Amino acid sequence: MIRTQALGMRYRVGFRMKKVTALNDLSIEVKKGEVFGFLGPNGAGKTTTLKILMGLIYPTSGKAWIMGKELGDISVKHKVGFLPEQPYFYEYLTAEEFLDFYGRLFGMPKAERVKRIRELLEAVGLTDARTRQLRRFSKGMLQRVGIAQALINDPELVVLDEPMSGLDPIGRKEVRDIILNLRDRGKTIFFSTHILPDVEVICDSVCILVGGELRASGAVHDLVGGLQTRSVEMAVEGLGEAGLARLSELANNVVVHGVQATAFFGDEVKAKAAKSFVCGSGAEIISLTPHKGSLEDIFVREVRGKKL
Amino acid sequence: MKVYAIAVNTFKEAIRDKIFYSLVFFALLILGASTALATLTIGEWSKIIEDLSLSAMGIFGVIISVFVGVGLVFKELEKKTIYTIISKPIKRWQFLLGKYLGLALTLLVYMAVMSIVFMIALHHYGDTEKNGIRLFSAVFLIYIELLVLTAVAIIFSTFSSPMLSAAFTLSIYVIGHLLPDIKLFTAKYTPMGLKGVMNVVYYALPNLENFNIKTLVVHNLPVSAGYIWMATAYGLLYITSLLSIAVLIFEKRNFK
Repeated sequence: MIRTQALGMRYRVGFRMKKVTALNDLSIEVKKGEVFGFLGPNGAGKTTTLKILMGLIYPTSGKAWIMGKELGDISVKHKVGFLPEQPYFYEYLTAEEFLDFYGRLFGMPKAERVKRIRELLEAVGLTDARTRQLRRFSKGMLQRVGIAQALINDPELVVLDEPMSGLDPIGRKEVRDIILNLRDRGKTIFFSTHILPDVEVICDSVCILVGGELRASGAVHDLVGGLQTRSVEMAVEGLGEAGLARLSELANNVVVHGVQATAFFGDEVKAKAAKSFVCGSGAEIISLTPHKGSLEDIFVREVRGKKL
Repeated sequence: MKVYAIAVNTFKEAIRDKIFYSLVFFALLILGASTALATLTIGEWSKIIEDLSLSAMGIFGVIISVFVGVGLVFKELEKKTIYTIISKPIKRWQFLLGKYLGLALTLLVYMAVMSIVFMIALHHYGDTEKNGIRLFSAVFLIYIELLVLTAVAIIFSTFSSPMLSAAFTLSIYVIGHLLPDIKLFTAKYTPMGLKGVMNVVYYALPNLENFNIKTLVVHNLPVSAGYIWMATAYGLLYITSLLSIAVLIFEKRNFK
């Protein structure tokens, strides 16, 4: 759906014309029908990449294709929807006029526009506010009308820049539901964010961008599944004094409460040794939980790695 | 269709802006004042009204085209609304042309409102001898001048801030009206070496005096139809070149 090849953006800033690399040799691929999360800290080059893909800025090196067509071919934009970061809209327009304007930009006939706008306002829950000027909209409402604007042409590919930033938990959930609904209808969604818990829930694939460079990419379950077990937690019941002493030798930490004890292990080898010892002693293992890393760990690792 | 959509949106923006109303209000106020002034003079009523009204139309039109014109593109960039437009299947030149035509439409409405009030004022003072077509040609050429000035404003606004663009555009307005004098001065006093430079200046900048037939019309002096057509053609040619340059600049821009 989207393919970039060694995409780069460099420019000079300030009086001394200091060179800044906003994006360096970025090569990614977004497949049809997937939800692709584009992650990175602020200033990583996420928005730069999206702007290049949308034809707002021209890359200084590399190439990119959307639906097999090279950038600059505007026919592709008939099948693309875009929501910029912290969008500001024409505040003097009402929600209906606003969407109608974008419908005209696609050359949609009047009857189709009217029908589509009614559906979209319904879908984003703004039917009651349709004749209100955008200057009287709350942030969450603006974000929703912004998403409606990106969907006016029923696009195959939806590109969203930080769709959840600045929203309250309810607003975030609404946006998340809209994205999941789009995925169910077979659309491809490419969005940038730094809100990680959402990513693990809704994304199929992700890539992490730090300082303009690609640091990690792949399917979410591959990335998270490939992580080593960070710690193991074991709860036991009915272990005697001697048993507890032996357990303390193997575990990093043992917490005793009544007849139960919870032990924390640094790695799986020690946890396995403790397991066979506890079973042999006649005590009971109530639970055994391995803790794996999350996407957040990968993210933090990559970002820190850059700074060191 | 796409250009039309942008133009209509620009028009809506302008007429829903309070600044536009206050400018129209002041223009109308001066029109009203001209009738009051006319009562203080002996005879010649209509001349005073015509002179003042045509001037007021022009000056307030200039203010609208410069101050709305320089913000046309800049506002879209600053408010990032351009992101949602350029990511749609629309070419950059279509966007720019739409913005221009939107303001042209706004100015047309402004001129129409002013002309109607102007005609009512004249009629009120019983001026029947004046040829309506002559007055209309004066108003028409003021409109063409405003269109040229808007094109100048839009060029500056594609690469500069509104304040600077407004300063540049107003300078072009003043110089544009002084150009015939500059030519006269050049012919008489400029040393040979500088003559070439001055001629380039003369032909490169818009000669806005070409659009000024107020005095001739007000004082019943002859104006040929041929002159009006030539001035119109000159204006349209100038606008086309300016917009082409603006598009060339705009095509290359990165929207940061």
